[in-house]
Amino acid sequence: MKAVTLNGLSKVYGKGKAIAVNKVSFEVSNGELFGLIGPDGAGKTSIFRMLTTLLLPDGGSASVIGLDVVKDHKKIRSRVGYMPGRFSLYPDLTVEENLTFFATIFNTRLAENYHLIKDIYIQLEPFKKRMAGKLSGGMKQKLALCCALIHKPAVLFLDEPTTGVDPVSRREFWEMLKQLKQQAITIVVSTPYMDEANLCDRIGLIQSGDLLTVDTPANIISAYPEQLYAVKADNMPALLKTLSAYDEVLSNNAFGEYAHVSFKDQAIEVNVVQSYLQQQGLSGIELRRTPATIEDCFIKRLSN
Amino acid sequence: MREAVIKTDKLTKRFGEFIATNAISFEVQQGEIFGFLGANGAGKTTAMRMLCGLLIPSSGAGTVAGFDVYKQTEKIKKSIGYMSQKFSLYEDLTVLENIRFFGGIYGLSNQQLKAKSIELIHRLNLQKDKDRLVGTLPLGWKQKLSFLVAVLHSPKVVFLDEPTGGVDPVTRRQFWELIYESVENSITVFVTTHYMDEAEYCNRVSIMVDGKIEALDTPGNLKEKYGATSMDEVFYQLARGAKRGE
Repeated sequence: MKAVTLNGLSKVYGKGKAIAVNKVSFEVSNGELFGLIGPDGAGKTSIFRMLTTLLLPDGGSASVIGLDVVKDHKKIRSRVGYMPGRFSLYPDLTVEENLTFFATIFNTRLAENYHLIKDIYIQLEPFKKRMAGKLSGGMKQKLALCCALIHKPAVLFLDEPTTGVDPVSRREFWEMLKQLKQQAITIVVSTPYMDEANLCDRIGLIQSGDLLTVDTPANIISAYPEQLYAVKADNMPALLKTLSAYDEVLSNNAFGEYAHVSFKDQAIEVNVVQSYLQQQGLSGIELRRTPATIEDCFIKRLSN
Repeated sequence: MREAVIKTDKLTKRFGEFIATNAISFEVQQGEIFGFLGANGAGKTTAMRMLCGLLIPSSGAGTVAGFDVYKQTEKIKKSIGYMSQKFSLYEDLTVLENIRFFGGIYGLSNQQLKAKSIELIHRLNLQKDKDRLVGTLPLGWKQKLSFLVAVLHSPKVVFLDEPTGGVDPVTRRQFWELIYESVENSITVFVTTHYMDEAEYCNRVSIMVDGKIEALDTPGNLKEKYGATSMDEVFYQLARGAKRGE
């Protein structure tokens, strides 16, 4: 039995006008860390809300630990943990009260599954008498994760836990997920940050309700059809413009200090490109082969 | 020598005992893309609100577009543009109505408004969608439209608060093309972001930690100084010791 199964799952809003989720199918295995990766409006939250039985599908079906999201919704609710994108704990209860509250609702006690949250809760313990609303952003997030874990869920759903979070806190959060994975909890997480894809066992890329692909990050990267080059010059805006106008170029995207470029001719010689760019008046040119990133793959699929 | 569009000297904001922004001093030159980075809670938003004339500093000095951040806040507001991920445009007005509304607020004449509307709609290829409600546009379109509306009145400087959060990777790049274009028209860009690849697109970046500016230089110099291969690493080295959260 798979932890999560989606079969042509669809969601339509506004009397059929807006297709939020368009016949999406994928599976998540037990103990897997699965990432749903895509920008705002891709349908990630709608999928999460259907899987956690908070929203009824308009088509297709889905099950979580073998239970149907429509027929067995009550059973699913007691077996999954859900951390929504927006902070949704009680701001006027203390850290400890929030935890106790969620434990009680799920018929358990803090002590029972303390081992699951121990590593995270230790960092919160000095503030356990503080109102949840008065915690810093990072601390709120840790508390929300503890509350979602307190009943030892079979599957943990995390909807954009790192959106708007600075790079340091993002890294810390993923460290916590890695540790949770050791505890054999299935985790489904969504994110708009493409660089987080590599931290998942498998990922689904999603855009405008359509699932573009599902695979391991390594397989998605190795399926990138062309050789990519990282190109740099002293004047980057000029380089990007020159490349866009260059007849040999197939794709050309800014990637931090480099541009990632592919060519129509896979056998093109680096020297040819280099001297063309020089002729166009660019200086400080650097050009080398580079592996694709998940973001390259995402862009490629969007432009198809 | 180009003139400094933003100038601060030990600019500070206290809330009671808490020093949100602690004596920050820096200058931003005309036509520059300045990346204003920092961990959550580092004091970026407070600093930005002071620079936009929305919050009076506790101490220190500052000017924006030549106007004083204590005494000339209304003049500052007229000389700047602002957009954030959260507040962009009126969802229940059409594309054209939004352009007219914001242009009107910034004092553009009817004639200017007409010309600017045509130019903007043409730039974004929105000819067919100009009478659509903004609420029905995809997020990426909204963000691009919202940026061009923020620079409709050719401000001296435009403040962008996480303008590309949650935007797809293709639109994110198109957004930066718009930023480069506006810089060519000598608008100064002051931008915050959590995407470290975008930090590379800035001429200079500052990194705030616990209320102070801990580093300020070109991305290239910062990487050299911290022995890092990416801005992500530079940021991590500087901000991982941060004591404050949001």
